[in-house]
Amino acid sequence: MTCLHLLLTLVFAVSLGTPVEIQRPRGVPLTKKQFYEESKPFTCLDGSRTIPFDRVNDDYCDCKDGSDEPGTAACPNGSFHCTNAGYRPMFIPSSRINDGICDCCDTTDEYNSGAKCENTCKELGRKEREVLQKMAEITKEGFLLKQQLIEEAKKGQQEKQSKVTDMQENKKQLDEKVEALRTVKETAEQPEKEAKERHLKAWEEQKAAIRLEKDKAKMAETFLELDDNADGFVSVSELQSHAELDPDADGTLTEIEAQGLMGGAEQVDTSTFESVWPKIKDKYHSESQAEEPAPVETPPDEVKEPVVDNDSEPYPEDDISEEEDEDDEDEDDYHEDDDKAQPTIKTPEKTHEDEEAMPPYDADTQALIDAAQKARDDFEEAEKALREMDDQIRNIEKELSFDFGPDAEFTYLYSQCYELTTSEYIYRLCPFNRVSQKPKYGGSETNLGTWGSWSGPENNKYLLMKYEQGTGCWQGPNRSTTVKLTCGKETVVTSTSEPSRCEYLMEFTTPAVCQEPANIDPSPHDHVEL
Amino acid sequence: MAASCDSLLPLVLLLCLSAQAVDRSNFKTCDQSAFCKRQRELKPGQSPYRALLDTLELSNSRLSLQLINDNNKVRLLLELYRLQGNMTRVKINELKPLKPRYEVPDVLLSHPITEALSVVAQDENSLVVSLGGKDQRLILSAQPFRLDIVEGSQVLMSLNSRGLLAFEHLRTRKDTKSESEQATGQENVEQQTDEDGQIKEDDDKPGMWEETFKSHTDSKPNGPTSISLDFSLPGVEHVYGIPEHADTLKLKNTDGSDPYRLYNLDVFQYELHNPMALYGAVPVLISHSTDRTMGIFWLNAAETWVDISSNTAGKVRVISSEAPQTDVRWMSESGIIDVFIMLGPKPADVFTQYASLTGTQSFPPLSALAYHQCRWNYNDQEDVKTVDQGFDEHDIPYDFIWLDIEHADGKRYFTWDPSKFPQPKEMLQGLMDKRRKLVAIVDPHIKVDSGYKIHNEIRSKNFYVKNKDGGDYEGWCWPGNAGYPDFTNPEMRTWWASQFAYDQYEGSMENQYIWNDMNEPSVFNGPEVTMHKDALHGVWEHRDVHNLYGLYVQKATADGLIQRSEGVQRPFVLTRAFFAGSQRYGAVWTGDNAAEWGHLKISIPMCLSLGLVGISFCGADVGGFFKHPSAELLVRWYQAGAYQPFFRAHAHIDTPRREPWLFGPENTALIREAIRQRYALLPYWYQLFYNAHRTGQPVMRPLWVEYPDDFATFSIEDEYLIGKDLLVHPVTDEGATGVTAYLPGKGEVWYDVHTFQKHDGDQSLYIPVTMSSIPVFQRGGSIICRKDRVRRSSSCMENDPYTLYVALGSQGSAEGELYIDDFHTFSFEEAKQFVHRRLSFSANTLSSRNLAPDSQFSTASWIEKIVIFGGSQPSSATLKSADGTESALEFEFDSTLAVLTLRKPGVNAAADWTIVLR
Repeated sequence: MTCLHLLLTLVFAVSLGTPVEIQRPRGVPLTKKQFYEESKPFTCLDGSRTIPFDRVNDDYCDCKDGSDEPGTAACPNGSFHCTNAGYRPMFIPSSRINDGICDCCDTTDEYNSGAKCENTCKELGRKEREVLQKMAEITKEGFLLKQQLIEEAKKGQQEKQSKVTDMQENKKQLDEKVEALRTVKETAEQPEKEAKERHLKAWEEQKAAIRLEKDKAKMAETFLELDDNADGFVSVSELQSHAELDPDADGTLTEIEAQGLMGGAEQVDTSTFESVWPKIKDKYHSESQAEEPAPVETPPDEVKEPVVDNDSEPYPEDDISEEEDEDDEDEDDYHEDDDKAQPTIKTPEKTHEDEEAMPPYDADTQALIDAAQKARDDFEEAEKALREMDDQIRNIEKELSFDFGPDAEFTYLYSQCYELTTSEYIYRLCPFNRVSQKPKYGGSETNLGTWGSWSGPENNKYLLMKYEQGTGCWQGPNRSTTVKLTCGKETVVTSTSEPSRCEYLMEFTTPAVCQEPANIDPSPHDHVEL
Repeated sequence: MAASCDSLLPLVLLLCLSAQAVDRSNFKTCDQSAFCKRQRELKPGQSPYRALLDTLELSNSRLSLQLINDNNKVRLLLELYRLQGNMTRVKINELKPLKPRYEVPDVLLSHPITEALSVVAQDENSLVVSLGGKDQRLILSAQPFRLDIVEGSQVLMSLNSRGLLAFEHLRTRKDTKSESEQATGQENVEQQTDEDGQIKEDDDKPGMWEETFKSHTDSKPNGPTSISLDFSLPGVEHVYGIPEHADTLKLKNTDGSDPYRLYNLDVFQYELHNPMALYGAVPVLISHSTDRTMGIFWLNAAETWVDISSNTAGKVRVISSEAPQTDVRWMSESGIIDVFIMLGPKPADVFTQYASLTGTQSFPPLSALAYHQCRWNYNDQEDVKTVDQGFDEHDIPYDFIWLDIEHADGKRYFTWDPSKFPQPKEMLQGLMDKRRKLVAIVDPHIKVDSGYKIHNEIRSKNFYVKNKDGGDYEGWCWPGNAGYPDFTNPEMRTWWASQFAYDQYEGSMENQYIWNDMNEPSVFNGPEVTMHKDALHGVWEHRDVHNLYGLYVQKATADGLIQRSEGVQRPFVLTRAFFAGSQRYGAVWTGDNAAEWGHLKISIPMCLSLGLVGISFCGADVGGFFKHPSAELLVRWYQAGAYQPFFRAHAHIDTPRREPWLFGPENTALIREAIRQRYALLPYWYQLFYNAHRTGQPVMRPLWVEYPDDFATFSIEDEYLIGKDLLVHPVTDEGATGVTAYLPGKGEVWYDVHTFQKHDGDQSLYIPVTMSSIPVFQRGGSIICRKDRVRRSSSCMENDPYTLYVALGSQGSAEGELYIDDFHTFSFEEAKQFVHRRLSFSANTLSSRNLAPDSQFSTASWIEKIVIFGGSQPSSATLKSADGTESALEFEFDSTLAVLTLRKPGVNAAADWTIVLR
């Protein structure tokens, strides 16, 4: 098998059902037929050299560009053209000629390998037409749906835009209202504060008087108690019976110490006792039943202003997803934040309720307080409304800032979620937000990535979505998901896979990527070279 | 893939979590291995052993006499054999052991052929035995006992010259002694003590009767049984071999470190440049000097440590008064001393000698030498199909796609995951339609599951390895709880082999081949991640057979593949664990390496070391198994791997995908080119494997093998030869802009195979490199046949024509071989169905001559082109065919590079022909 003398072959091209004979060397497309003229020497298509024509397809590579061997496997860089009548013509690398594998549906690539190939072009053509037709239908309908989506999106966008504008206007008014109410509040709070202070002061004074009274009574009582012999004097020895008064805490109250307490006197009468009393009153134990200890000065109860907390503020949607749903199957289940959950809150105990509570405010003060409280409530309510307004504006602005495609056709996916259940998992795609996976039979959700960006090829970046920074993998990267969008009438997740550890691929159909059908009736059958 | 970590085993997870590199504490040092510690405590000195010359017995080919240990009066039996092909066998066993000691079966091809021995001289303290050959003699000295092998006046090798022969004899346990003496041991004890008085037992040392490592206790019912012997190699500075270690080609001095360890282990993320044991063990050491190459084959399958000590280690080589010498000491935990001393004298002789003992490399089907695409794991049938198509879309050839453990149903080997691989035959047929193949993994740990047929049969046939108490041994591995079939049992192996029959292994087809991993064996919860040493294989302890287990697994599997085709098809089985003789059963890879430049570099000495001891079919995971290679590293690894015998890309399940087209078009093109170079050279690889199969010569060779007199080559491990005609210096440094290659051979010339540039030998040559460079040189004087029409798979290239690359030597001549057969059956052997031709060029005449006239095979392949380097421009070129017809050939001559291209001789590759240039 040294050479293959079959240089020329008859090729039947089917054009509208009529066979036409075209003579050209094996493997040459019709578009290049003119370069291969049997009567002339052949010049390599790169012009590098000219060879006798009988060296075209002689199974030896003469041209660097492989152009002399379009029908053999001799050149490493050659390509072979199959006409594939009834289907699509194509080029295959010339290394696939006579390699025992049927590549061309018209079998022309295997003319000398013994491979038994069947001509499947008609069948393939038919199937392809069917598929194309189906595709065309889907595209057509999908494209119509897409137009609706675009319309709706535009409308929605306008609405939102005008809503934002309206809200901005309202917000301005609210701003003003808040400022006005703040002034009202502050104006009402000044007299309230003064009245409250007055009231408090009066009460303090009253309390001091009462305390003084009590102290005097106690002193008198003590005097009587100490004056064991009821001679109207408290003597050193009488005082000495109260060891608790020992100033150096050695357990005994010596005579000298007692005398010291008594200001050097041997005995004191009631009036002189007034100067002794302050020195002993804190330690003194009553001889009758244990009396309550001397009152300790209590600070007036702090009036706690209610702390305005922000619980009314709604979370921006995507913040929620940032929370780690980190219960990863192969991760240890150790949660270090478990133990910081409940710091024991010490509620300050009410130690004593010795004195009467503060007397109620008088009517005038109360009126001032009520007025101030109302002003505060009004102010807070307005401020809350303003915050809510702000949030709403921010959310709408955020939504408006997303890239929903050149015609906003992907807008409708926003704040939606789509699920696919496989044998093991439920996958959930929330476009522009996140992708997650949850075991079908219980277990926690795993974040497969949060919205990153469009990442399709340069000519159409809207064919792929990238979700990144999902839950981390052991010894690996954070999970991420690529969502591949294809044209379909319905918006559905059609498949998911994990081609590489922790890198997921999701197939998703949506009308939003349907292209305008190129021609009204695509019929590849008509497309025949010539 | 290793006992790395997976979610399934919290235990293993713990073991691995912290590990970025190997966790050394999981593996024993010599100090932690009781026998190694005991043995190493013995220092060189006067040997207590004395040969009893009066016990000498000499038959035609066997000399025996007794040795006595004067310290304890225990007697040993020494046997000496002279073997055909310049080898000496030295066997030492206890004269009368309490019970038999293990002698390794199934490794030697057969009983080695002996040659006559004769005693040529004898006096009261010595004996001289003629070894024939060039005045070679063996001198046996009686006291102290030592052996010297001499040639003329030169000592080639001495045994026990440092007095480190140590033989721990079997003994009864002291606490049970009186009892056993009365019972079974009585007779033996009496016999041993009747002559020279009482045997003086050594004092018990720690670890003699029980040994604990981490949480594992080795019960050691037989007590201490270790053996040791030293070998001195005067004049030797370079020793090689004893794989498998992730270390330099030239073995290092172990004076200050642990000895090299041989104990098959599943090491998670192994470290480079240390003597720790890895997955396989071949107890063969090769010594080399400019004078002589020799080998020592220590036939023992137990845990073994090898100490290397060289008096020139670490010194600059100067002319010193002290002659260089290397001392080698072998220590094994059990068994006997059975040593084969291969006396060379040339490297090729040692390879021939070793091959005559343990056999040669199996001849793989051609496709197994092509490119393999592997990953843990290709997820499902669809994935396999997509990857297969990816290769066609990117016009990259490949022959095999591989399925790792996830393909099986719950790690039950011989089954398929019903949801991922519901139609395995459909998948295999799809590959077959593309003339491609598949490898599926079958590991030797068997899931303990009463619903699993394989397990039930093994259990019912009582084929599992037993634990020390006699129950089925169970350990943890990929499937969870698993049993380990006793592959040392020939009946078990026969049954195992039968499981590969197409009607047994459901879903299998003839283009499916097998991969045996984890066959050290790996036991996740066992001591050192392997089997307990007191587990039982019939009457033998696992201790005795450990290093042999993996060989048996691969053997049984390869037998299965042969049997399923009724003996027609050559098998292909990859193994991770191996032993001496494993070359007979398939390929070996260097286990779970990592995507690091150091691992790329070390793949060369690791495979060279294996080649030196018979295992030619070696490769490393291209790209690195663990971690994620940069595009540069991956490309460089493909370029290097394309020029190593076993060429497979593989990746850990946790790494990102890395099929060749995932790194951008430029890198795809570079990888495509590297793989294509491999395919074009397949005829050369195939011929070399045929040669390795026939003669035992390694395929991948250190330079010193071909240039044994050139001292400069002795430590080179960043370049090597494929056969003797291609020199490869792969780029293994990040960001390299050049490499310095040593081109050996005074008077030789080398041709850059890419640029055709000619370089003189005996020089270091700086070669600037770019990302596309793979520095490869063809030796002047050689002819290499290539198939330059690279196709989708090697099978597709079956009938393609050859191009002959004739590189003229300085004398203007060249020689080469061409080997062709059907590329996949045993017909080459059984029916001499092959073509083997000598191609030679001299005196301006190139001819093809039949090297095997009694063979017959017809091929469709023909000679497409002949490229001659280093010649001059002829005025004519005439082809003379076998039938006498003459025709003129057209040619082109590139005068700047002196390259002559003969156009289309067109002769059949099997025919006689001559081309004359004038």
